[in-house]
Amino acid sequence: MSLGPHLLLAFLEGTAAAFVLALTALGLSLVFGVMRIVNVAHGEFFMLGAVLAYGFSSLVPGIPALGFLLALVLSPLVVGAIAWSADRLVLARLNYNPEATIVATIGMLYIIQQLVLTFYGPDAHPVEPPISFRIQFPWFGYSGYKLVVVAASAALLLLTWFLLMRTRIGLVMRATQFDRETAQNFGIPVARVYSMIFALGAMLAAVAGVLIVPIQQAHYLMGLDPLLLSFITVIIGGLGSLRGTVIAAFVIGLSDGMISVFFSGTLSKIIATLLVALVLVFRPEGLFARSAR
Amino acid sequence: MSAPALPAFASRHDDRRPLWLHLGVIAALFALQFLLPAYDHTNMSRIMILASYAMGYNLLLGYTGLMSLGHAMFFAAGLYGAGLSAYYLGFDPLSAFVVGLLTGLALSLVVGMIALRTSGVSFMIVTLMFAQACFLLTLYFNEITQGDQGIVIDLSAWSWDTGSEEGPLTLVSPPIRYNLALLLFAISLLVSLFLVRSRIGRVLVAIRENEARTVMLGYHSFRYKLGSLALSGTLSAAAGATYALLFSYVGSTFAGIQYSILPLLWVLLGGQGTILGPLLGTALMYYLIDFSSEYTSSYMLIVGVALVLLVLWFPKGILGTLRQKWLPWLP
Repeated sequence: MSLGPHLLLAFLEGTAAAFVLALTALGLSLVFGVMRIVNVAHGEFFMLGAVLAYGFSSLVPGIPALGFLLALVLSPLVVGAIAWSADRLVLARLNYNPEATIVATIGMLYIIQQLVLTFYGPDAHPVEPPISFRIQFPWFGYSGYKLVVVAASAALLLLTWFLLMRTRIGLVMRATQFDRETAQNFGIPVARVYSMIFALGAMLAAVAGVLIVPIQQAHYLMGLDPLLLSFITVIIGGLGSLRGTVIAAFVIGLSDGMISVFFSGTLSKIIATLLVALVLVFRPEGLFARSAR
Repeated sequence: MSAPALPAFASRHDDRRPLWLHLGVIAALFALQFLLPAYDHTNMSRIMILASYAMGYNLLLGYTGLMSLGHAMFFAAGLYGAGLSAYYLGFDPLSAFVVGLLTGLALSLVVGMIALRTSGVSFMIVTLMFAQACFLLTLYFNEITQGDQGIVIDLSAWSWDTGSEEGPLTLVSPPIRYNLALLLFAISLLVSLFLVRSRIGRVLVAIRENEARTVMLGYHSFRYKLGSLALSGTLSAAAGATYALLFSYVGSTFAGIQYSILPLLWVLLGGQGTILGPLLGTALMYYLIDFSSEYTSSYMLIVGVALVLLVLWFPKGILGTLRQKWLPWLP
């Protein structure tokens, strides 16, 4: 293949990666933006989504689309419930102290990983894509499912934006983010909003996990990469900024796709990782500045 | 998790108890080698090296109040610096150790210059990112490092004929290994002890407690933090280099995130901001995982649950709690 088709392939791969990353990072960004905590277990919620998707879809053998739809609805709900209880049982008791919550979520990461390893096993399992058509370009055929991923992610991003900016729930969330104490004084149940936000963030990661399984098999260690990429995205995009997160996800997803196609995946990850250092060198106050303890 | 409020440093400088206590611990560890069965003997060598790593970590977390999530890169810098120079260049163990040490020092200075521009949560993320980049580098240069699989270093050339019937003692024979590990441990312990009892140590604690006020008093806090990070990184690298040489193995596992989390866990369990906490935490956690592995292979569950429980109900760790209640002179 010559350069043109390579570029096209890299662009397609990058776009699909960018949309999934935007979903995952948005969850992290939401939790960080409103609750001011860094959820290190975020990648495990992504992984749980994928693993549960395997579980739910194997309940309906024979009809991939039906099993997948079931997973798409149920997995995030289960993950959301887990996240909600984790918030009630642990994070709320720590009063959302930034450093203590990081340690606690690292603990959760290990607990979730081990439980999945114990009950699901160390092997990666595939899930059949709900649709199987391929788009035939002159040079290569491209999986139509990845375009479904793009469409579904875009729809969910819009939905989240609508929820945050155009509904009463979103208003309450933004008020809490803006000034927790004043919000409390106006009768907003901040504790409940926090649990809800934490669950919502986890659900976004879980949806991304469900969408990714037909492309990338479900495995108990798959959470680390999305976690690190989401960190990078949130740092570069600026916390709590929906637009920034989405834009950064695209820059990173596309460059990740491009570099992976032309060079190697490892190199692209190294570059993306060091990008963060560059951002912090050129903006010494850091993009986390608002939350500085 | 709030740091303990200035306990040890209220103590008079001429208080000799801390010095005797720590010399006593070193002597006890020396005596222990004649009592331990072979299995625990090896474990203890390992624990002392890992505890030195944890002490290096504790200088930064416990005394300067900076939580790094990327210390594995310093441990790995020592590991790879020493291991690769011994493997490819045929360096003798001492030179290889020095290479490991210098690699750690250089890396921690570079990372410090960049990462210390940030603080709090972003500092954690940035150190995590750097460590991840280092981990990926060990995979990327697979041809040199052999990535996950790792390299086994043959150091049998370094042996000493003691006239014993079992042949000459090599670097990795149990008594030599134990005592070299103890040497590293003792040096790390004494360096930490003297540092935190010195004027510089007090400035570090002052930065931990209230950086703005310390700056107002005229201290250049960046320099102190950089020095603390460099020393912490170098001690961690020393532990890594020793590990590579005494256990003859270099592999990318040691650069992974897990090896950044473990020292955090050990220090939290033993008590952050106490000199002996890292040893206590490392030994307890090591044996907890070791015992439980007879019944279950789920050691990650234990690590996870320990982290959550510690941060919820025991944020000062074992020695931190002891110090608060009974032993205010503990450094």
